[in-house]
Amino acid sequence: MNRLIIFILILTFRGFSAEAAKIILKPGQSIQAAVDGAVAGDTLIFSPGVYTASAVTIRKPLSLIGENYPVVDGENKGNIFLVAAENVLVRGLKFIRTGKSNMDDSAAIKFFDSKNCTVENNILEDAFFGLHFSNSSKLTIRNNKVKASATREFEVGNGIHLWKCKDNLIEKNEVSGHRDGIYLEFVTNSLAKENLIQGNMRYGLHFMFSHDNTYLRNTFKRNGAGVAVMYTKNVTMQENRFEENWGSSAYGILLKDISDSKVIGNIFRKNTVGIYMEGSSRIQFKENNFKENGWALKLMASCDQNLFQANNFSGNTFDISTNGNTVLNELKENYWDKYEGYDLNRDKIGDVPYRPINLYSMIVEKIPASVMLWRSFMVTLLDRMEKILPTMTPNEMIDHSPKMRPYDFG
Amino acid sequence: MFKLLKYALYDILKSRFAIIYTVFLALVAISIYQVSDDLSKVSLSLMNIMILFIPLIAAVFATTHFYNNLEFIELMLAQPVKRIHVFLSQLFAVVIMLSLSILLGFGLPMLLWGADGSLLTLLAVGVVLSSVFAGFAFLASVLTRDKAKAIGISLALWIYFSLVYDGLVLYVIYSFADYPLEKTTLALVMLNPVDLGRILMLMQLDISALMGYTGAFFQQFFSSGLGILIAVGALLIWMLFPNFLAMRVFKKRDF
Amino acid sequence: MISVKNISKKFGKLQVLKEFNLEFELGNSYALMGPNGSGKTTLIKTILGMVIPDSGDITVGSQSIKGDVRYRKQIGYMPQIGHYPANMKIGQLFSMMKDMRPEIKEYDLELVEAFELDQMKDKSMGTLSGGTRQKVSAALAFLFNPEILILDEPTAGLDPIAVEVLKAKIKKEREEGKLILITSHILSDLEELTNRAIYIYEGEVFFSDTIEELKEITGESKFSPAIAKLMQWTLKKKSSKPLLSHV
Repeated sequence: MNRLIIFILILTFRGFSAEAAKIILKPGQSIQAAVDGAVAGDTLIFSPGVYTASAVTIRKPLSLIGENYPVVDGENKGNIFLVAAENVLVRGLKFIRTGKSNMDDSAAIKFFDSKNCTVENNILEDAFFGLHFSNSSKLTIRNNKVKASATREFEVGNGIHLWKCKDNLIEKNEVSGHRDGIYLEFVTNSLAKENLIQGNMRYGLHFMFSHDNTYLRNTFKRNGAGVAVMYTKNVTMQENRFEENWGSSAYGILLKDISDSKVIGNIFRKNTVGIYMEGSSRIQFKENNFKENGWALKLMASCDQNLFQANNFSGNTFDISTNGNTVLNELKENYWDKYEGYDLNRDKIGDVPYRPINLYSMIVEKIPASVMLWRSFMVTLLDRMEKILPTMTPNEMIDHSPKMRPYDFG
Repeated sequence: MFKLLKYALYDILKSRFAIIYTVFLALVAISIYQVSDDLSKVSLSLMNIMILFIPLIAAVFATTHFYNNLEFIELMLAQPVKRIHVFLSQLFAVVIMLSLSILLGFGLPMLLWGADGSLLTLLAVGVVLSSVFAGFAFLASVLTRDKAKAIGISLALWIYFSLVYDGLVLYVIYSFADYPLEKTTLALVMLNPVDLGRILMLMQLDISALMGYTGAFFQQFFSSGLGILIAVGALLIWMLFPNFLAMRVFKKRDF
Repeated sequence: MISVKNISKKFGKLQVLKEFNLEFELGNSYALMGPNGSGKTTLIKTILGMVIPDSGDITVGSQSIKGDVRYRKQIGYMPQIGHYPANMKIGQLFSMMKDMRPEIKEYDLELVEAFELDQMKDKSMGTLSGGTRQKVSAALAFLFNPEILILDEPTAGLDPIAVEVLKAKIKKEREEGKLILITSHILSDLEELTNRAIYIYEGEVFFSDTIEELKEITGESKFSPAIAKLMQWTLKKKSSKPLLSHV
């Protein structure tokens, strides 16, 4: 008898959940009411149209799914959705117009203390913060298009913002026009891949204290100051593209106090500075392409034990510049297009070492205006003389095994 | 004028110099294309050669040409044609020849193996620098009556603009390193046609580094069309100014 | 036809022509003489517009040499040494000269034919001998049948046959009533070709009259000694000048 009751109960429960799983919302209906009326595990289907919403609070596992991108309009009032739950799915909605306040960091969706949540295939337009997560884990943020149209940095928050989260997957998102495209602080053990982050006010990617993360095949393009990452160890960055970050303090990537990391197979193209490093140690840079940057590398004297191996340097105005004299980093087997040595024994390695630090780059470092004279005959002469009799450029910064031909990384 | 130019071109385009110069430029371009891995390296190498040699050759050739043709110019002056037309036909013939040599010598390899914006800029800068230095040469030629002296002046101008001037600017920059110098440097660069040509190339090849400048003015100067516009405008003045002066002197000169 | 009025020209400090006055009439042939540096060449160049005078004016026909260049259509000029662009062909040179006077359709091809220049049309100027180049210069000077012919050392560098051809042509043109102005160091040529003598010394006209008058004044019956005497006088004193001034 008892068993039967349990069986019936289970049947009922299942039947109930399957039956009530789909709640269909019509435009104009209150989302909060629908959320409150739903039971954990329910699915709220948004019919096409416009919904207005502000601070919709979700505290139970729910799926919110839009059909044909229904618009959820925050009417410039604070946050649109607030989530503090597990197993929440938000898919296929178009969020527009959050509040524009730095006081409460208004966001299209804000997650607190959540777990196993998924945000995918959404469109976010003119949000202050786009997706804002704190103190959460196992998040999947996929295929969202986050776009803001602010003109000044303080008028907008970050596109995808995570604070104190772990075990996350951030993939295939497009973020543009925000302050930072992706912002991570105390985020660990996560993977960001194939995101397209471009045209943000400040940084494309900005993280701090975010250890053990992997960044794969992302593109960071034309962001105000490129990418800046700080105070982190064990980072893997592979096959990303850092492109067209132009400005007096714009970097393909700025590494500050990063250690024990790998930067492999990335492309740094047309950045004012490809990589700017300070206080960073034990990073392996391999198989990267540095192409047409103002400075491929700016290596501050506070960096040590880094290895640059088998990278291509071509079409950069300056390959490397540094501010100190002793440089405890290793360069080997790189291809330098400015290398003018020869290879008599035909082992594809140049027979004379290459010094990637150009005298004039040191002058430019001191007096930026002097870049105007770059490539003049006068300056070329100066450089030639320095190449023959190095007096000013650091002796240790040297590639003893420069490649004769560029690597083909495909 | 065009009739005179036509005949002057008949002569100059068939000269041994025109052929040698074109072949020389083509050989340089071909060998650079052969050893370079990508186009930006090609335009870099070509630019180094161009900035230095094209003004030199334009200056020396134009002076020599003027003096070699001096008696003929005199004969033309005894004909019922205007002096200005005689002058312009000679000048244009020289400029057209030098330009055609560059366009063919550098341009044909580009057609064969491809070109990008910087290489096209290079062609344009080459043509402009040829005209500027042909102008200097004609000016030097009409101001003196001695071929050696005129070549001396042309060479001096070439050395000054290619080497000495930049040295002076560098010295100024170095001496006043503690002051904001961007605008001064930019203004100084405008006073040298070779530097202007170089800056136009820099805007193609080193825009990433140039954008490292602080200050909105420079960001705008280098990133927008404004910089190119100003540089091209200044170059045009450089093209017209010596030629115009030379023409004025030619008009009043005794032969 | 040509009147030179008060022309002055300085090259630097050197006064080459001083308040220079001369008249040239159609139908006469003038021998322009004087030592080197006396101003002969400057005078010719001024008439042709190659040298611009400091003051004074020259009219050709009724046109001033200042401004409009069309007066030069009436002048055929043969330079002392013809330098031409090396790669220009004879044919091109002739068509260029013709292009500069598009309204003249009738050409005097007598010298072209006599010098057989037609057959060399496709030769480049640079490959020609000095003599052939002189022939080209001569042919060009006569090509447009001009009223005025200015011939600077016309016989220099020509072979004897060509010299005779040219002289005959000059005489013929003179008889046709042209104005001919010749400078030459070959006095016999001048005697043969001209009827009037102009002697310039230090930028001033020392003598200008018919050759008969010249012989009479100098008391010489021959041309060369008469000229030699003139030269001696110029060296002695200038005070004798008013004596000689028959202008």
